[in-house]
Amino acid sequence: MKIKKLFTGNFKIYSFMVIAFLVVFVLSQMGLLSRHASSLLVPICINIILAVSLNLNVGFLGELTLGHAGFMSVGAYGGCLLSIALEAAAVPVLIRFPIAMIFGGLVAAAFSVVIGIPVLRLKGDYLAIVTLAFGEIIRSVIINLNFTGGAAGLKGTPQDSNYIICFVVIMIMLFLLLHLVNSKHGRAITAIRDNRIAAEACGINVTYYRLLTFVVAAFFAGVAGVLYGHNYSILTAGTFDYNKSIEILVIVVLGGMGSIMGSIISAIVITILPEAFRAVGDYRMLIYAIVLIIVMIVNASDRFIWLKDLLNPKYQINRFRNQRNAKKGKEAL
Amino acid sequence: MMNFFTSLINNLISGLSVGSIYALIALGYTMVYGIAKMLNFAHGDIIMVGAFAVIVSVSSLGLPSIIAILIAVAVCVVLGVVIEAIAYRPLRNASPLAVLITAIGVSYLLQNLALLIFGSTQYSFPRLFQMEAIHFGQITISGQSIITLLVTTIIMIALHFFINQTKIGKAMRAVSEDKGAAELMGISVNRTISVTFAIGSGLAAIAGLFYGLTYGFIGPYTGSMPGIKAFVAAVFGGIGSIPGAMLGGILLGVIESFSKAYISTELSDAIVFGILILVLTIRPFGLLGKKTNEKV
Repeated sequence: MKIKKLFTGNFKIYSFMVIAFLVVFVLSQMGLLSRHASSLLVPICINIILAVSLNLNVGFLGELTLGHAGFMSVGAYGGCLLSIALEAAAVPVLIRFPIAMIFGGLVAAAFSVVIGIPVLRLKGDYLAIVTLAFGEIIRSVIINLNFTGGAAGLKGTPQDSNYIICFVVIMIMLFLLLHLVNSKHGRAITAIRDNRIAAEACGINVTYYRLLTFVVAAFFAGVAGVLYGHNYSILTAGTFDYNKSIEILVIVVLGGMGSIMGSIISAIVITILPEAFRAVGDYRMLIYAIVLIIVMIVNASDRFIWLKDLLNPKYQINRFRNQRNAKKGKEAL
Repeated sequence: MMNFFTSLINNLISGLSVGSIYALIALGYTMVYGIAKMLNFAHGDIIMVGAFAVIVSVSSLGLPSIIAILIAVAVCVVLGVVIEAIAYRPLRNASPLAVLITAIGVSYLLQNLALLIFGSTQYSFPRLFQMEAIHFGQITISGQSIITLLVTTIIMIALHFFINQTKIGKAMRAVSEDKGAAELMGISVNRTISVTFAIGSGLAAIAGLFYGLTYGFIGPYTGSMPGIKAFVAAVFGGIGSIPGAMLGGILLGVIESFSKAYISTELSDAIVFGILILVLTIRPFGLLGKKTNEKV
């Protein structure tokens, strides 16, 4: 009974992460991971953090935001600049890196407050386009600043990221976010998604909770940015354009909005997918696009419900049971 | 003082010319949004397809300009209708976000198809028209700006009459107002949406032509930035509103041209987006968008 508890509810997510981590850890200790595969581990973790935090906005609050990459870049630059300064002051990695991560997250959160207060008056597609615009503004401002290295990019960040640190960060994030989502505050946030006016009438401070969600999501985007910045030797603002935001959104929607487990799995799949198609060379992005379209249509269209049922093991098992029970019932008669 | 005045006029004209291209693209966005209630992220890439269609038919097949343009429009119209029928029609009742992601998938598909066919090099766009620039004292209007402005003005007037005077236009307005009620009145919603996509994609082909003429080079990813800017323009004017898209596009072009000339070339995009945010915080429904009150 106790073991079963580990695989239901929130524990399911923790267990999945721990098992996945242990598998990867054992494989890499045994030297079974190719260099290419192990170079994917940190990007996978970063995408998990980005997707889960964006899911907070899109899935739980129900607001489409397209500026997640903007917050990621602000956090990345904040964290990397601090890291460079701390490294010069000879602060050891174990102190330097967590401070850089928290600092990067806080910078992103601060930006999200500044942006959120005017922007959160808007709704729906208007909110989407304005967050997209903010992401683009952040990008072009960073390119035109001197201390960020400009268009050439920021060099000299210590390469501290590895998948073990990323795993620890993911576990902390999951612990915090799952507690937030399952708390009174989380219920307020989902209430706003389901019916804003009704939530407001129940005394929920809609503006406060919208801003809270926005800021928390931005904080973790910033942390992901810091991890990203410490994974490569050079950080360029060009990587954080709206295409990056859209990529994260694709992960969230494919994983299922409001499903944290879904975001994690989809982040892993979407990061590996284009790499897995590397064998087909030039066709890989084409295949990726076609797979994306087909998955979306089959998943969301009402014409393909039969196919979804066909592929769903739970549905098949239930159907089998029902048929058997019906037969038994007849025999009993 | 006189110099400043002439540069002001020159920049205004180039802004109007670029802005009218944005307006053509924004019209496609806004019509599709108004009628199918979806953000067609692949719209920007239709521009690229149109521009490549012109390049292929002029440079490789050696066809005359007019026929090349007609081919480009035909290719884009067919493409738009086919995309709608295959990718978007099955999702008519799905959540808007699912449709959005599918549209992004279509955008990736078009970009990567173009990448496979044409490679990542930039193709120079053929000079289709030779028209002398007009000089008014120190003010110079390039022939290209004149053609762009002339054609887009004619298209916009024609579109205005089409929407307001014809039967199909009336059907389009009805579908955008209330899909269910329109269907009960005997309007074929699917056909109306197809027509909308056809018109939007045709306009995108023309926009692709003028974009190529203005900037000279076309590559597989050319469509995405003007696409995003036109999307911004459509929201700026109030998404779903046709005059709004025209106004938004032209304003966007003028603002961009002025900020490039007088403030900073690198920051011009940031300024354009900044003004958009400013406008939306003051008028949350865009310049000409209708304010809809929420009903409880």
